[in-house]
Amino acid sequence: MRNSSLGSSGISNGMLLKKLFKTMLGFYPVALPLTIALIVFDSVVKNIPSLFMQHVIEIIEDAGLSGTWADISARILSAVAILALMYVLSLIADFAFGQIMAVITQGTLKKLREKMFASMQKLPIKYFDTNDHGDIMSRYTNDIDTLRQMISQSIPQILMSMIGIVTLFFIMIYFSIPLTIVVLLGVILMTFFIKKIAGGSSRFFFRQQTSLGKVEGFAEELMTGQKVVKVFCHEDRSQADFDKLNNQLFEDSNRANKYANTLGPLLYNIGNILYVIVAIVGGILLIFDAPNWSIAGMSISISIVVPFLNITKAFTGNINQVSNQLNLVVMGIAGTRRIFDLIDQKPEVDNGYVTLVNAKYEKDGSVTECEERTNMWAWKHPHSADGSITYEPLKGDVRLFDVDFEYEENKPVLHNITLYAKPGQKVAFVGATGAGKTTITNLINRFYDIADGKIRYDGININKIKKDDLRRSLGIVLQDTNLFTGTVMDNIRYGRLDASDEECKAAAQLAGADDFIERLPDGYDTMLTQNGANLSQGQRQLLSIARVAVADPPVMILDEATSSIDTRTEAIVQRGMDALMVGRTVFVIAHRLSTVKNSDVIIVLDHGRIIERGSHEELLAKKGQYYQLYTGAFELE
Amino acid sequence: MLKTLAASVREYKKPALLTPVYVIFEVILDCIIPFLIAELVNRISAGAELNVILGYGGVLAVMALLSLLFGTLAAFSCSDAACGFAKNLRHDIFARIQGFSFENIDRFSTSSLVTRLTTDISNIQFAYMMIIRTAIRSPLMLVFSFVMAFIMGGNMAWIFVFVIPVLGTGLYIVSKKAMPRFRAVFKKYDNLNNSIQENIKGIRVVKSFVREDYEQNKFNNAAEDVCRDFTVAERIVAVNGPLMQFCLYAVMVFTLSFGSYMIISSSGLDLDVGQLSAMLTYSFMMLNSLMMLSMIFVMITMADESAKRVCEVLTEKNTLTNPENPVYDVKDGSIDFDGVSFKYSKTAKRNALENINLHINSGETIGIVGGTGSSKSSLIQLISRLYDATEGVVKVGGVDVRSYDLDTLRNNVAVVLQKNLLFSGTIKENLRWGDENATDEEIVEACRLACADEFVETFPQKYDTYIEQGGANVSGGQKQRLCIARALLKKPKILILDDSTSAVDTKTDAKIRAALKKYIPQTTKIIIAQRTASVEDADKIIVMDAGKIVAFGTHDELLKTNDIYREIYTSQNKAESDRKAGEANA
Repeated sequence: MRNSSLGSSGISNGMLLKKLFKTMLGFYPVALPLTIALIVFDSVVKNIPSLFMQHVIEIIEDAGLSGTWADISARILSAVAILALMYVLSLIADFAFGQIMAVITQGTLKKLREKMFASMQKLPIKYFDTNDHGDIMSRYTNDIDTLRQMISQSIPQILMSMIGIVTLFFIMIYFSIPLTIVVLLGVILMTFFIKKIAGGSSRFFFRQQTSLGKVEGFAEELMTGQKVVKVFCHEDRSQADFDKLNNQLFEDSNRANKYANTLGPLLYNIGNILYVIVAIVGGILLIFDAPNWSIAGMSISISIVVPFLNITKAFTGNINQVSNQLNLVVMGIAGTRRIFDLIDQKPEVDNGYVTLVNAKYEKDGSVTECEERTNMWAWKHPHSADGSITYEPLKGDVRLFDVDFEYEENKPVLHNITLYAKPGQKVAFVGATGAGKTTITNLINRFYDIADGKIRYDGININKIKKDDLRRSLGIVLQDTNLFTGTVMDNIRYGRLDASDEECKAAAQLAGADDFIERLPDGYDTMLTQNGANLSQGQRQLLSIARVAVADPPVMILDEATSSIDTRTEAIVQRGMDALMVGRTVFVIAHRLSTVKNSDVIIVLDHGRIIERGSHEELLAKKGQYYQLYTGAFELE
Repeated sequence: MLKTLAASVREYKKPALLTPVYVIFEVILDCIIPFLIAELVNRISAGAELNVILGYGGVLAVMALLSLLFGTLAAFSCSDAACGFAKNLRHDIFARIQGFSFENIDRFSTSSLVTRLTTDISNIQFAYMMIIRTAIRSPLMLVFSFVMAFIMGGNMAWIFVFVIPVLGTGLYIVSKKAMPRFRAVFKKYDNLNNSIQENIKGIRVVKSFVREDYEQNKFNNAAEDVCRDFTVAERIVAVNGPLMQFCLYAVMVFTLSFGSYMIISSSGLDLDVGQLSAMLTYSFMMLNSLMMLSMIFVMITMADESAKRVCEVLTEKNTLTNPENPVYDVKDGSIDFDGVSFKYSKTAKRNALENINLHINSGETIGIVGGTGSSKSSLIQLISRLYDATEGVVKVGGVDVRSYDLDTLRNNVAVVLQKNLLFSGTIKENLRWGDENATDEEIVEACRLACADEFVETFPQKYDTYIEQGGANVSGGQKQRLCIARALLKKPKILILDDSTSAVDTKTDAKIRAALKKYIPQTTKIIIAQRTASVEDADKIIVMDAGKIVAFGTHDELLKTNDIYREIYTSQNKAESDRKAGEANA
């Protein structure tokens, strides 16, 4: 599923380049125009020397074979001096361009990366659920890389070559129009070949990418299950399957490369042949002393033909340069489109204005806001009608009324969910995969917004609460734990950034994680990488419980938080959590019924509907669905 | 390293050797062409006959066509060579990984292996193509055009003796200075990408802890790091262009002034106009090839990292190999552990298993319980020699497992791993992993035993149902049952279920155990379970704690004598007993 309803997907390539240019101009309002000026200046200056060559040769011709050096040295040297001056200017421009461009390129990339990241962080969870993570990732890697090539190399190169082509064209018609026509005919031929070959090469490069993707996918799947392969002695079969895909990749990449490699020699030699043709035509014109049409009004002479030959070379060289960059530009534009697509995604909407503040009771029993952490929170509720502000103490009373929800249109996941979680209660959700347990919690913290019904948090419509504050009031532990690169301590502190080492350790103890952390090579200072790859799933879960324990939130959601922890350890964790959450509201989702047994309310969900609710004992006595689950007549998941 | 890589060239040696040959011809032609053109220009300026001009033109056109021919041949053969080499490398790496032992597999992450197989090999392929084509072309071009410059310009060509070392040294210094910067950038790139990846995967955590600003800060720092180093590196490399231009301009100015002096003073004998313009062409060719060389130098150094990473896999020593005269017959399903200790890597501080002594009779059903990290899985992985014991001996059928042929052993000891997987393909294809030649009847039979038949039959396409990658379209319990059926198809002497029914409901779980008992009585069955209910009816139960066997006995014995077992049992049956106690009181 692609989610690109908004953003830059719809606009044309030209518009996209314009947008990129505008963005870069915003980043570098002075440096960017300066670089462009440098490019223009440099490429004009670079092409003028051919005029001087003509001049020098003309002088030599004039002097003839009889002239002496002393006669003409002044004229030649002055021409050469002007030429040298041109060169010095070009060198300065070249150097300045290189240095400024490096800064602009990297600076632009950095700013775009930051923009992408900032935009990404504001996107609703839906975006991450409906887009392939590898695909999001590749915008930061592959696409940024193609963009780098395009802005640092291709576009300046093309600009330079284009200006070169135009400049040279004028110089050519300055010298001789008939010869120019010959060159132009050759150029048409070149363009034809470029189109033909570049088309073929891009077609096969595309195929190569597809084959590469297949090889990558197969290898990824097989290697993830490499241990299963070993256990079943399936190595030879896997190898045979791999080789099939590998050979296809070989075929495609070989073709793509053959096309691409041929373009160079082909253009080079068309250039050569063109050179010869111009020489011959020039020679013929000389021999027959044909009339010459040119802007300079000169008649054909050796001092025109010789420089003209070099101009021809430079002219075709410029066309070569442009054609070499074409593929890169096509790729760069595709990359730019995807980068802007991410930047322009519609962020998560937040119209909330009720905020969460630390609070304390005054002597008269009223609630006031305060700076320090008091272990008491209040909702700060500004009323637009009369401009007054009221403080509502946070209790953790969560109510859902007739809530309906669908992830995709016309595929409802929740129907008429009504439930109350009173302050201090432990509410459990039980049901098969897809019954809607996690969905309910997604609605409470507003990862998704309800379609119909209402949700009240301490009597406040949750749409009025600022999302950040709402989420700050909810501690969530998810089944798939995500740890970050850093030490164990850093990861626990993620829950509350100003927590002291002691507080973190206390939280770890509470979560029953202390024991295994102490046994790690460097204890709390052990570095975790790759989502804690060196820990077991159970250990990761203990850490993420410690992380939420240090945050010490008023309301907690445990979504299969202990699924990979053995029952003995789980009992320890549960005792700790129960102590922490006394008087606070807890939502628990668990597949293991022993985890939810001691809840105040157990809600059994089936296909998005609540089918039973009550305490463990009540539900057992009812002898309904829960009873069947508990006695093992049904399987969950 | 080169030797390791070179071993993968194989059948593509021929195009690799032919490419330089074609390139030599191409370069020679490319160098002669300006020479002839100079001649042609001179003839023209000397007012030659038309047929002379056409003659020269004809020769030149033929040479250009020949150059095109050799250029194309070189383009084709170098593509064959490089793509073929890459293909072989991919084959070799994959083969190597197939040969990996569990210990080897543990050392590499899947994503790093996939990167080696794709990105790294692409880098090597590109560098290889560069080497056999451009890296040969450029020095040749340099030498030939140097020689031609002397032929054409005589003494004037001495200028190159000064300019080339200047440019060469300059380019060398630039690459040398830029390289470490680039290396540093790549490391920082990894950090940056890591930060992005973690945020994409952990977005729910970031959002629920409201850490967006914190993460943005972290990211900006990483991005700033990359930007700073990359800018420095690029600014260094950006010196290349002006340096090259400088040399070219110096040559131009010199050639023009000194060249015109020579023409005039020697009255066109030592040098003529045609030669002058050819000199300029050669000087351009020369300097350009130097420039290419420096680019290749940078590229090769970059591919160097990739080559190292690829070689790391290719030279990884397999820690488990077949014995010299392997035993091809497993007598029965008895298992012995004699003083076995085990640790996962030589550097590990703690043993995962400590002095295990155990005897299991053929045909017995054995349960294993113990907390997270008590090394239950480590114990059973030694039986089919997925790892080798560090100390002591593990025997199957009375023979040291290290004496068996590996395939024989693993076909007789079927393990259903805890982290089990189905692969994309139909159910039948997946089950045939157990036995390639299994008949449809055998497959159905195995599924009946594993209680998989009942749900497979409800699928519209039954056994031809396509399983998505990782078994995403079947439930956890269904996946586990299919995995058991797959193992049963091996008709093993020992069947090991490592927590393989955790997602299966208790009733079905019991049904599977009963079926196994009834239909494959001779097979030794080892069952690791979280639920004591899954092992209660086993002949004997092993209780493990911190890498040791703390008790070995029947359910009833253990309930009486072993604290850990009793604790596990009560933690799972507490409410039940509470309720009973409550009822009794009332």
